[in-house]
Amino acid sequence: MKWGRFLAFLLMAAVIVGGTAGSVTNLWKSIPLGLDLQGGFDLLYKIEPLPGQPITESGKQALVQAVENRINNLGTESPMIDLEGQNELRVQLAGTFNQAHAKQVIGTTAQLQIYSSAKVDKKTGAVTGPAGKLLATGSDLKSNAHWVQDPNTGQNEVAISFKNPTQWENITKQYYMKPIYIFLNGQLLTDPVIQQKMYSGDSVISGASLNTVQACTQLANSINAGALPYNLSLVSQQSVGPSLGQESLKATLWAGLAAMVLIFIFMIVMYRMAGLIADLALVAYGYVTIAVFDGMHIVLTLSGLAALVLGVGMAVDANIITYERIKDEMRNGRSLKSAVKIGNKNALRTILDSNATTFIAGAVMYVFGEGDIRGFATALMISIIVSLLTAVLLSRVLLFTFTNSNAIRRPWWYGVGKGVLKNDETKV
Amino acid sequence: MKPKFDIIRLSKWFLLLSSAITVAGIVVFAIFGFNLGTDFKAGSRVQISFSQPVNQEKVEQMFQSIGVPMRDTTITVAGTRQNVAVVRFPEVLTSAQQNKLDGAEKAYFGKDLPDSVQTVDPFVATQTAHKAVYAVLIAAAFIVIYIAIRFEFRFAIAGIIALLHDVFIVLAAFALLRREVDLTFIAAVLTIVGYSINDTIVIFDRIRENLKIVKPKDVETLKQLVNRSLWQTMSRSINTVVTVLIAAVILYFFGGVSIRNFTFALIIGLVSGAYSSIFIASPLWVLMRGRSLKRGKRKETAKTELV
Repeated sequence: MKWGRFLAFLLMAAVIVGGTAGSVTNLWKSIPLGLDLQGGFDLLYKIEPLPGQPITESGKQALVQAVENRINNLGTESPMIDLEGQNELRVQLAGTFNQAHAKQVIGTTAQLQIYSSAKVDKKTGAVTGPAGKLLATGSDLKSNAHWVQDPNTGQNEVAISFKNPTQWENITKQYYMKPIYIFLNGQLLTDPVIQQKMYSGDSVISGASLNTVQACTQLANSINAGALPYNLSLVSQQSVGPSLGQESLKATLWAGLAAMVLIFIFMIVMYRMAGLIADLALVAYGYVTIAVFDGMHIVLTLSGLAALVLGVGMAVDANIITYERIKDEMRNGRSLKSAVKIGNKNALRTILDSNATTFIAGAVMYVFGEGDIRGFATALMISIIVSLLTAVLLSRVLLFTFTNSNAIRRPWWYGVGKGVLKNDETKV
Repeated sequence: MKPKFDIIRLSKWFLLLSSAITVAGIVVFAIFGFNLGTDFKAGSRVQISFSQPVNQEKVEQMFQSIGVPMRDTTITVAGTRQNVAVVRFPEVLTSAQQNKLDGAEKAYFGKDLPDSVQTVDPFVATQTAHKAVYAVLIAAAFIVIYIAIRFEFRFAIAGIIALLHDVFIVLAAFALLRREVDLTFIAAVLTIVGYSINDTIVIFDRIRENLKIVKPKDVETLKQLVNRSLWQTMSRSINTVVTVLIAAVILYFFGGVSIRNFTFALIIGLVSGAYSSIFIASPLWVLMRGRSLKRGKRKETAKTELV
């Protein structure tokens, strides 16, 4: 017996079990659940081009970014924003929250306008609406407005920048030391007085109503939202009830855990020590998959869960294929060590081909599908890659290390039965 | 595993059985259609927020009191404190029923609760279903191309027929048993597609490997070769389907009741997927390959070489 290898095997096993047991619950809890699992709100918008601004791919990306910013301001957890078809945008917000408010924030296109003058109510002195010349709109601004603080005075301000610096230069020249009026959806946001001529297109807005960081951030967000490249019109909206209520979800997760334990036992009964190694690899598979979901901020939906179940099946399958191959090789009269080696080698090609085919199916579903189908495809592709790394590669390293440690010589420990070593039906 | 019987010789019975189930499914489907779930029907969705955890029974009684039948209606409890009831009706509530709701809330829960009544359009669900069909068909086309390159064209055809067979069996089973088809059904079908093709390829791979050792010169040796390949991979086929079935059956009995249709579809599809890889895909390949063998060797009278 080679103790070094055996200890290496034990160490790997301990790391897998210990690492998983230590952090899997926290990791699992941090994965956001999708609309179908916890219910929420589903909005489908049609993207409409503005005059002179045809829909482009980069424009759509900017739109998604802008919508995401708006939703983040809402404080809703893990929104799903997807471009669908040629010109549709789907927004899914999971959980319970003020739906009317959410719809308003996402759905209303914020029209930012800068005017040279404004209508003023003579009695109160309040600004009631825009007047004079329209100098610029939100689409002239870059979507990068943000809060800044004047280094000298410490005053809170909002930094904006124009797409075309000369436009701003002309405005600042013309309205030097005069006020301009910035409206959002017809409501006066601020009426700053231009203090200096600007050549770079960058500027700051300050005013009496902008005395807090919060007010500045809010205005910056509004400006960025106002700079949406396209109009959004609502096609359909619905609140989605969860297919699994809280209780049901808990029951399903416990059932899933019980199923895993039974699969572990089944593998040990069928393949003994090798089955135990497969179980270790399966634990690693589960852990890594959850970690990848967490790292990529993937929202778990029922179809994603279904793909994970399929992934478990394929991960187990990879090990079963390998162990059956090893048995075959022993039937052909090979020694244990060489059977393990050759069996692994022969099984690998089979596993790669079957996984590749399923992966292709997943990739096609990702490219051509949308929403739920895409969620399924993403989870499936992740499962397959993780399964190749754990159920194939890691499992192989574990098996080789264990076999070469000479801890066990009897083929029985690999699930090889008594009659198997006779050269029987497989001989050609 | 030792060969227990000649699968290829008996294959016509399996093909017949599968065809019979499929035809029966199509007939039932043509006459009755699917038993579509609320996802695919226009209806109303009522969301009521409580200040304490939801009492489902009381909610049910309340709706019955305003003359809404609670048949085919699902109540789901949501919210962080289990205090939101979402009730989905398979028909649109009349305005008279809606007006009675506030009064009923007072009668049953002591006060007028914040609620929202929405008319739900099956638009999203039907759209998703259409897209799923489309995605599966394109995926099938790409799988054909891949298998045709890695294996050969006949394997691709046989594999895809087995895949579509599994999807069809599940559809037929749902039509025959009048099981409800909802949105989760789509996830189940996608899973079955993935499992079916994975399961089939492993067997095809063994046939391909055995073909490299011996080139069959006539249909009889070809049949023997495929039969042998099937039995060589039998332990794997059985063990793999048993492990996934363990998961599906446990989820069916102990998982959430609301996903029973999903797990049921999964169970049917997994059994069908394992069955079709052995009893449909491989015999079909023998049929196709055998035909081209005959065509190629018509004039030769090669002696049968027993293996």
